[in-house]
Amino acid sequence: MSQTVESRGSVTVPPPRRGSVYRGDAGMWSWVAHRITGVLTFFFLFNHVLDTSLVRVSPESYNEIIELYKNPFVNLMEVGLVGAVLYHALNGIRIMLIDFWSKGPKYQRLMLWIELGVWFVVMVPGVYFMMERTVRVMFGGAE
Amino acid sequence: MTNPTASSPVGSLPPDLSGAVASTSDASSRGIEAPRAPRRRVRTGSNFEMYSWLFMRLSGIVLVVLVLGHLLIMNVLDGGVHRINWGFVAGRWASPFWQIWDLAMLWLAELHGANGLRVIINDYSRRPGTRFWLQVLLAVSVVLTVGLGSFVIFTFDPSMGS
Ligand code: HEM
Ligand code: HEM
Repeated sequence: MSQTVESRGSVTVPPPRRGSVYRGDAGMWSWVAHRITGVLTFFFLFNHVLDTSLVRVSPESYNEIIELYKNPFVNLMEVGLVGAVLYHALNGIRIMLIDFWSKGPKYQRLMLWIELGVWFVVMVPGVYFMMERTVRVMFGGAE
Repeated sequence: MTNPTASSPVGSLPPDLSGAVASTSDASSRGIEAPRAPRRRVRTGSNFEMYSWLFMRLSGIVLVVLVLGHLLIMNVLDGGVHRINWGFVAGRWASPFWQIWDLAMLWLAELHGANGLRVIINDYSRRPGTRFWLQVLLAVSVVLTVGLGSFVIFTFDPSMGS
């Protein structure tokens, strides 16, 4: 763990360089985001299976917990979850194309921009359908 | 499954050369081998990591349909999350199609996610003790989640609603 410079006689051996391999290129950030969204979804799933298991306890307890999902703030978090899962799925497809398609590595950067474009185009109507009712009710509209 | 030649790093070299090869592991070479050094066996006889790599990709393809389909149904179609309640789930699980869908999604997402987390724990934990206990915790959470989720699908009782 120490960062001291080892010296052997007159030769100075620098410590191994720490930090990233990509050094901030888009390839690194797409990987960081893939990792974070994967972990986030995994933790959500753990919680989600516990929530859903209440259907086996009683209709009342399940309905009570699912009411929470209709709360405006939680609704916003659902938008975040959907955005994260959608990114992870699209980027996963890109990873598979890089691995299995002979031209994949050549087009990996182009595929990243296409991926982000698709993400945006899907998220715009997605956010609308997920939030429309919440926003309407918040400003006094009918349920 | 052990590889007979893997037991010795020098393999089948004549004894008089073994000293020369051993010197390549000197710290100053940083693991870079001398030119024409006999090839070290990297394979340990287990292909586990290769199958794990393949599983991430195969399960990923199936999860695209299962999970994105699930999110579309739950959050976008016919009013999204606002229409979900016990009766809604009962209606869906009356059909074996959605039961199998949810069961496959449960198992694949959980194993895919847990395998990803296994790699991440190996990447970041610095002490073998930390690593071991995090992996145990992960394994316990997988057994709990897959077990409870499957149990709930198989034993769902529609008569509770009446
Ligand atoms: C906010 C978004 C989500 C909502 C509102 C939602 C809603 C639901 C509902 C109502 C059920 C009950 C069963 C059914 O009707 O089919 C369910 C089950 C399930 N969901 Fe989701 N879901 C969401 C996100 C996700 C995500 C991202 C995943 C995958 C990682 C997932 C995986 C599952 C699984 C595996 C089950 C079966 C659980 C069990 O066996 O007990 N869900 N979900
Ligand atoms: C929706 C479809 C999905 C696709 C196409 C997909 C694709 C992939 C691929 C190809 C990898 C391997 C990356 C590599 O080997 O470098 C991966 C890693 C991972 N996935 Fe998924 N996945 C999907 C859904 C999920 C879900 C639902 C979860 C959580 C339960 C998840 C969690 C993870 C985690 C934690 C990793 C490890 C990330 C890393 O090591 O950096 N994925 N995914």
